Amino acid sequence: MNASRNPTSPSHACEPEALLTVRGLRVSYRGDQGPLHVVDGVDLDLAAGDYLGIVGESGSGKTQLLLALLGLNAGARFEGSIRYRGEELVGASEATLRRLRGARIGMIFQDPMTALNPYLSIGTQLIEGVRRHRGLGRAAALARALEMLDAVHITEPRRRLRQHPHELSGGMRQRVVIAMAMICEPDIILADEPTTALDVTVQAQILSLLHELRARTRVAVILVSHDLGVIAEMADRVAVMYAGRIVEQADAPTLFTAARHPYTQALRRSIVPLEGPLPSRLPTIGGLPPNVASLPPGCAFAPRCGYVFDRCGLAPPPLVPISAPGLAHGEQHRKACYYEGPIGP
Amino acid sequence: MTGSRAEGLWAQAWRRLRRRPAALVALATLGLIALLALLVPLLSPFDFATPDWDALRQRPSGEHWFGTDALGRDLLVRIMWGCRISLLVGLAASLISVLIGVLWGATAGYVGGKTDSLLMRTVDVLYSVPFIPLVIVLTVLFGRSFLLVFVAIGAVSWLDVARIVRGQTLSLKNREFIEAARALGVGNATMIRRHLLPNLLGIVIIYATLTVPAVIIFEAFLSFLGLGVHAPLASLGTLVADGAHHLKSDPHLLTIPALFLTLIIVSFGYLGDGLRDALDPHEAR
Repeated sequence: MNASRNPTSPSHACEPEALLTVRGLRVSYRGDQGPLHVVDGVDLDLAAGDYLGIVGESGSGKTQLLLALLGLNAGARFEGSIRYRGEELVGASEATLRRLRGARIGMIFQDPMTALNPYLSIGTQLIEGVRRHRGLGRAAALARALEMLDAVHITEPRRRLRQHPHELSGGMRQRVVIAMAMICEPDIILADEPTTALDVTVQAQILSLLHELRARTRVAVILVSHDLGVIAEMADRVAVMYAGRIVEQADAPTLFTAARHPYTQALRRSIVPLEGPLPSRLPTIGGLPPNVASLPPGCAFAPRCGYVFDRCGLAPPPLVPISAPGLAHGEQHRKACYYEGPIGP
Repeated sequence: MTGSRAEGLWAQAWRRLRRRPAALVALATLGLIALLALLVPLLSPFDFATPDWDALRQRPSGEHWFGTDALGRDLLVRIMWGCRISLLVGLAASLISVLIGVLWGATAGYVGGKTDSLLMRTVDVLYSVPFIPLVIVLTVLFGRSFLLVFVAIGAVSWLDVARIVRGQTLSLKNREFIEAARALGVGNATMIRRHLLPNLLGIVIIYATLTVPAVIIFEAFLSFLGLGVHAPLASLGTLVADGAHHLKSDPHLLTIPALFLTLIIVSFGYLGDGLRDALDPHEAR
């Protein structure tokens, strides 16, 4: 499979700044009753400096999608195409992927408590990447690590280099994890729920740090979260995932003011306002998140959808541009839904 | 650079170990026994093999500090030789078994899949080999030698280490920092050396300190069967076995070697416990 097979966005192929082009990506695992497609037919485009948010419930495939970009899903089968600066990563050798991992594409993990090796000092872990990818000597690498700790606003960086992970607070560890991901000056940062394990004030600091680093380095960020608030605040563009597919994609303001997919709408409705009286019952999305082992033949959201009609049960709706008038130029608004009528508040 | 980091780990461990009286006493005891075992046979006027028919089964005295055995040989010298042999067998065989076991188990657990099956089924097969007949065959083939005792004991005890280490590796493999290191482009060899092994250290140290006494006792058993060290050379195990025959008439022939055997085994226990804590970076400094 390659980019030319996808009819919806031929223009991206010639765009000079395209960093990452994903077409028809499918990640599957062997299951008891046939393959489980945890990511199913995803298309993504990322240019330098982009900030893409991916939202979805647990099990929607968002983490699997991120791991797939680095080829880290253990035991999975990949189909489709992932191109980094034109280089195909699906089916690439482990050596090729290893050369990119950390160097060109960095990753920030969810839980800073477990993402650092408890036996190695902060310094040793920080410099592992630069020494490997840049071939720096220990002293030069440590100097770079100091710079990086400073850039992520860690106090007393010299002392931190010698400390072990358990001597740092959760927020500081996440800063170290970010420093590790950024130390090789990658083009792309993949952030997998980077603030979920932190308390709210620290969350805000980490998010603003990401923002600052991005502004300074023009690194492209893919931020995965189940927290719509975080995504709304941070991302320029948002993709909503459900059962391994992107169901709606738009720039952030559009998505939060004019969502067109019933699932996005339901997600948005379940945000509890911070001001005003609490509703007597918190709004939820009825039903259960889908099990990818037993998806309905049609739209995966159909069993929980308030707008379902007969066509929804036939085949999964494709992700197509919405031809709405007055749409902001540039980013296209797309949805994967057959229902064309108005959807609720 | 690996060297300087490893040194950091060990220097830190040593600093923590020094705060643990029990481990320090154990370490000092083992050091003292090793030193005595080295020096006493060199300095004593007696040797371990020559019988003295005028001094059979003497009680401890100014001349023979620990008395003499049924053939009039100086018990002090014989015990020190016993300590030499038991410590050597215990340490060498444990080292061999830990080295092989850790590499084998970590590789199986980390690589997984077919490699895992192959390596672990090999362990299962070796487990099922009857050990005593194997040692007898080896003895017949190669003659009785000291080296054989190491090889034989090492060959069995690494199987347990491999299984334990594999289990531990499987659980470590799913920890996020391993994935984080993979996301940094770290290759397999570095991953095992740098990220897995240090995290396996705690359990390996515990197991090694359990293995040393087990090996010492096992060596005594082999010697008792006539497959280990041969007379007139003695290990602590054979000295205890000999002493047991004279329990009623000359209890010192049993109690003194047994005391040394116990000291060594208990000391290894405390030392291992202290080392495990000292190597854990989560411990207060």
